[in-house]
Amino acid sequence: MFHVQHRASLSRRAFVVGNYTFLVALSLLCLLPLVQVLSISFSSSAAASAGLVKLFPVDFTLASYSYILQKQEFINSFGITLQRLILGFVTNMGLSLLCAYPLSKERKDLRIRSWYAWFFVFTILFSGGLIPTYMVISMTGLIDTLWALIIPSAVSVFNVILLLNFFRGLPQEVEESAFLDGAGHWTVLWKMYVPMSYPVLATVALFTMVFHWNSWFDGLIYMNFPKNYPLSTYLQLLVINSNPMKMDPRNLAGILEISERTTRAAQIFLGALPILIVYPFLQRFFVKGIVLGSVKG
Amino acid sequence: MNIKKTKREMPLHLMLVPGVVILLIYCYYPMLGFAIAFQKFIPINGLFGSNWIGLGNFRYVLQMPDIWKVLGNTVFIATMKILFGLIVPIVVAILINELKVMLIKRGVQTLIYLPHFLSWVILGGVLVDILSPSEGIVNQLLNAVGLDSVFFLGSNHWFPSVLIFSDVWKEFGFSTIVFLAAITGINPALYEAAIVDGASHTRQMWHITLPGMVPIIVLMATLSLGNVLNAGFDQVFNLYSPSVYESGDILDTLIYRIGLLDAQFGVATAIGLFKSIVSFVLIAVSYFMAYRLVNYRIF
Repeated sequence: MFHVQHRASLSRRAFVVGNYTFLVALSLLCLLPLVQVLSISFSSSAAASAGLVKLFPVDFTLASYSYILQKQEFINSFGITLQRLILGFVTNMGLSLLCAYPLSKERKDLRIRSWYAWFFVFTILFSGGLIPTYMVISMTGLIDTLWALIIPSAVSVFNVILLLNFFRGLPQEVEESAFLDGAGHWTVLWKMYVPMSYPVLATVALFTMVFHWNSWFDGLIYMNFPKNYPLSTYLQLLVINSNPMKMDPRNLAGILEISERTTRAAQIFLGALPILIVYPFLQRFFVKGIVLGSVKG
Repeated sequence: MNIKKTKREMPLHLMLVPGVVILLIYCYYPMLGFAIAFQKFIPINGLFGSNWIGLGNFRYVLQMPDIWKVLGNTVFIATMKILFGLIVPIVVAILINELKVMLIKRGVQTLIYLPHFLSWVILGGVLVDILSPSEGIVNQLLNAVGLDSVFFLGSNHWFPSVLIFSDVWKEFGFSTIVFLAAITGINPALYEAAIVDGASHTRQMWHITLPGMVPIIVLMATLSLGNVLNAGFDQVFNLYSPSVYESGDILDTLIYRIGLLDAQFGVATAIGLFKSIVSFVLIAVSYFMAYRLVNYRIF
């Protein structure tokens, strides 16, 4: 009896140790590829091309970064992304709230609620596809304007669903007593729902910011001139163009400390930086926000 | 009475106006554009001035030498992503649930969620670098243990595996969120009862944790059914090159090349229409199944 117990606890201990090791290794696997590219961006071109850079930079230098930050295209596209982020964030959040609030109501408060709901959900199920969408955007005159990156995606049905599911979980009594005190729907939305919904608002805010920061395809097809590209599109072009299989050697001769590889690494890292900064602050909210907003029962 | 009710509903309707208008213009209006699939579309003549050619574009698509290959690639890559994208998060969620040191548990979760938030442009750049046959760290490691360098992104043999592996790598952490939530929702009394009955940790996992997750597993599996034709445009577009079209070209990338690069709008739209209809049917079926199986509704 004692023997069996001992053996069980031993295998249990082995499992626990193995489990910790495995999961820590797994999470490092998510981080290390980024760290490696970061190290290359901080290394001299010689060390990078000789394959000396492993986890830490070799011959630490900021040359790649100073080269990039002097490039007018980079600054330009960064500015466009910043505008896009601010305008897109305000429009997306505003419209998502405005759509989610009425849709979170019961049938008795909004009689054609399910019509509206299907109207929204159908857009997830079926879409016009690439070419027709492109044509509509060109017909409405958005090509080569910042609005092409904001208006077509201004209503994110996914975010609306997250918000409305959260709204439905809020206590009904609060709203009823507000109505008895003479408040209208607008007051209830802004003064009661919004302050009560921080976890889900933080989640939707993170998704919206990440969406606008990361979007590159709309920039690629709706902008005719590279000077109108947002940062992600600009980076995408560099990643694809400097893809060794496509052979587009950018002539950097004369600048010995940097190479195509180190500058590319630096640009990749700068492209990911804002997300790496914002992410830890919002991380603790989104798990709660997603779980409360989407998974029921 | 009805007028009064309508009046009370007015602010709600007003709130929905901007959203509805945008969806009408940018989601519903393009659906009319599917007419292009049945036309020899010439942009200058417009939607109403172009010649109707019936199913001509579809016949053309069926005669394209690569179309079956591309369809096969799409279904294969997407199915593998769905399969591993379900299994890995379930296993990881169960393992994370066993972690008792909060600091490590938090740390692991924070790190595995991270890649989800980076775009395929960034991760594509990272992969191109670390998988590079000459300078990439992965091949250096392979060489160090005596293996030959592998041109991961340039070989038709490896390319689909890279797509599947890297997609699972990017998304498994984020997918564990719902599974972890499901585990948290299991009644602790079940575990207490099992311990009293002398159940080992392994038995608890098999007989309590896993059955407790079944509804959410069924739900995630059914909902992912709609993605069988979505093999991931962003990822493929940022990683592929002509040398791996044979194994990596998918419907979405084909539509992009035919439509926007070759300007064959009718043909591209025909493929797009096919994809939209099949996806719609699959999603409709999966939502219906999810409702019947685990009583899931989207809203």
